[in-house]
Amino acid sequence: MADSEVALAAHPPGLQHHFDNSAQQLEASTLGMWMFLVTEIMFFGGMFASYTIYRNLYPEAFASTSHFMNVTIGAINTGVLICSSFTMVLSVRSVQLGQKKTTITFLTLTLLLGLVFLVLKFVEYHEKWVDHHIPGPGFQYADPRYFHQAQILFYLYFAMTGLHALHMIVGAGLIITLIVMTARNRFSAEWNTPVEMIGLYWHFVDIVWIFLFPLLYLIGHTS
Amino acid sequence: MSTILQPHPHPIEEKTNYLNADYGWKSWLFTTDHKRIALLYLFSITAFFFVGGAFAVLMRINLLSPDGLFDHDTYNKLFTMHGIIMVFFFLVPSIPATLGNFLIPIMVGSRDLAFPRINLLSWYIYIFGGIFTLTAVVRGGVDTGWTFYAPFSTTYSNTHVILAAMGVFVSGFSSILTGLNFIITIHKMRCPGMTWSRLPLFVWGHYATALIQVLGTPVIAITMVLLGLERVLHAGIFDPNLGGDPILFQHLFWFYSHPAVYIMILPGMAVISEVVACYSRKRIFGYGFVAFSSLGIAVLSFVVWGHHLFVSGQSMYASMVFSFMSMAVAVPSAIKVFNWTATMYRGSISWDTPMLYAFGFIGLFTIGGLTGLFLATMAIDVHVTDTYFVIAHFHYVMVGGMVMAYMGGLHFWFPKITGRLYPEGWAKFAALVIFVGFNLTFFPQFILGYLGMPRRYATYAEEFHALNVMSTAGASILGVGYVIPMIYLAWAWRKGPISPQNPWKAKGLEWEQSPTPPPTFNFDKPPIVTEPAYNYSGHEEEQEVDIG
Repeated sequence: MADSEVALAAHPPGLQHHFDNSAQQLEASTLGMWMFLVTEIMFFGGMFASYTIYRNLYPEAFASTSHFMNVTIGAINTGVLICSSFTMVLSVRSVQLGQKKTTITFLTLTLLLGLVFLVLKFVEYHEKWVDHHIPGPGFQYADPRYFHQAQILFYLYFAMTGLHALHMIVGAGLIITLIVMTARNRFSAEWNTPVEMIGLYWHFVDIVWIFLFPLLYLIGHTS
Repeated sequence: MSTILQPHPHPIEEKTNYLNADYGWKSWLFTTDHKRIALLYLFSITAFFFVGGAFAVLMRINLLSPDGLFDHDTYNKLFTMHGIIMVFFFLVPSIPATLGNFLIPIMVGSRDLAFPRINLLSWYIYIFGGIFTLTAVVRGGVDTGWTFYAPFSTTYSNTHVILAAMGVFVSGFSSILTGLNFIITIHKMRCPGMTWSRLPLFVWGHYATALIQVLGTPVIAITMVLLGLERVLHAGIFDPNLGGDPILFQHLFWFYSHPAVYIMILPGMAVISEVVACYSRKRIFGYGFVAFSSLGIAVLSFVVWGHHLFVSGQSMYASMVFSFMSMAVAVPSAIKVFNWTATMYRGSISWDTPMLYAFGFIGLFTIGGLTGLFLATMAIDVHVTDTYFVIAHFHYVMVGGMVMAYMGGLHFWFPKITGRLYPEGWAKFAALVIFVGFNLTFFPQFILGYLGMPRRYATYAEEFHALNVMSTAGASILGVGYVIPMIYLAWAWRKGPISPQNPWKAKGLEWEQSPTPPPTFNFDKPPIVTEPAYNYSGHEEEQEVDIG
């Protein structure tokens, strides 16, 4: 156990010195990733709590601002992310089967879908910029009754979608790393933990969007 | 026990351990060994402790005179920097990142924490956050108080709020990663025979701490992000003039920062459980109660934050619930105190230095905890809110509790960490000086607060002069008390007598099965546990039946 030299002969791929065996290492990594995602839930939770409070304080202003949300782009982006989760699952599956080429294909597809999301998000932000809906000194709002309240709601919109987009960018970076690692034959059917873990992260970021989309775009839109 | 008279010519020094395995600077700065990372933390935390302490000294000097000796703006910055550095850069990482980091893998019988590289990363993040905060200090400081209350911090303060908030934001991730590492290690890395019910209470305490770190710290992170953005954009999210809600900031802030005070005391309780059992030569009384009271504190800590908002305009009904919950959280804390004293009852107690600190801890923590109940009572809280009563209360818990436990733990495991023994006489003397200095500093502040002296003021009314001078005198004694251990521990590290493997005849894997100081992978042969924790009586009938 403690003698690393003895273990070297039959060293399973990717096993680190302080774990007894690959199963223990995989369990630790998986639990660690889930725990990390719990911290992410708490991180976004602070903003969801603020959102809930201001939505209850200012329902009329909220209804007013929701007309400026681009539901079409939001809906397309939701579809894009759901598809990217699907391709992510397929890449995890193919790396488990040891299929290098398929893994790279699906990872690249996931990356492209993520980039499509970010581009569409940028288009949306640009619309807001043109309309002077970015909170701060240049903020303007058509309905003077809701000037201050709308600014707070746009602040929350940008904080929530902005931090989500930041997570997407980090995820895209991680997927690029995975593609390079796969191309260099770092993964096998026996050891592919990073793909599984980053897959979990990617699904989490998608799920955050699944909550953001109805809360920011759909509720109050028709009222 | 009797320790000083054994200059054993044992060839321990020749043996390879984690300290003499490699001497290059790279072997320290790029190490993934949890023991070396613990030492990196130990040195950086000590540095921050003395920086934060220096601010406290300057504050006490200012309060020597009723008119204040410094410029009032300077005083505002002094107490702010003292608070930020002591809370986020000393107390939160103190015991978990040093003793916890060093001991938890050994105590559960593992070769390292589950994620050694993440452990190293957490130290770099901590240093990175520290650089932000120290930059804020060098460039002129912050004056918002460590609580960063909006809208003062977002709109009106003209100091380096964003730098300091970034420091808190960044260092929070180091705390999250440490907690995450502990949870996974405790779940997945226990050696054969180390069942949950045999875990040392040190590990249980850190498990509860880690839960709070993992669940609470992300909330302060997002709060600091919202605060920083608001300071740049002035969108008004926390500014009532612009339709924002400043109470929301307080809720978000205390949702982390109240559980955080349990991050700052649970590890101390964890240390005391080990020390009390060892120096009473008894199995800890009510093992299960002590273990689960840690979890109870962790859970309840998340539902009491509103007691910081009794006078902030929070709904009265919310205050009543929070008041009730705050009293409820005293129950598991009291369980621990009763169990420690019951452990000592009819134990064969020896008065070694770690035990002196444990005695200090139990007494001072009890005072700090009971005055916490005063503050949980709404009617009394309205009277003493933002007075020195509150200051005295939380210093009795944080300094009288946590720092005492930290010192006790450092002495207790000093032979384990360094392989050498510290001078017992000096250590006892320093413990006494710290105890006297501490009480002289903070007890007058209870009276000052009850008489109505507000906190965070650079000046005070003439009638408070005598008590303030007493407090400053106590602070200088306390300061001396902290410098003495620095000196003799540094000396003992180089020149102290070589320690045997288990100088205190203590129980636990770290003393019984791991060499002193431990080798890089902690154990010479794979550890195995065959008896319950703290089996000091050694009775066969107390041992559980071995399976197989």
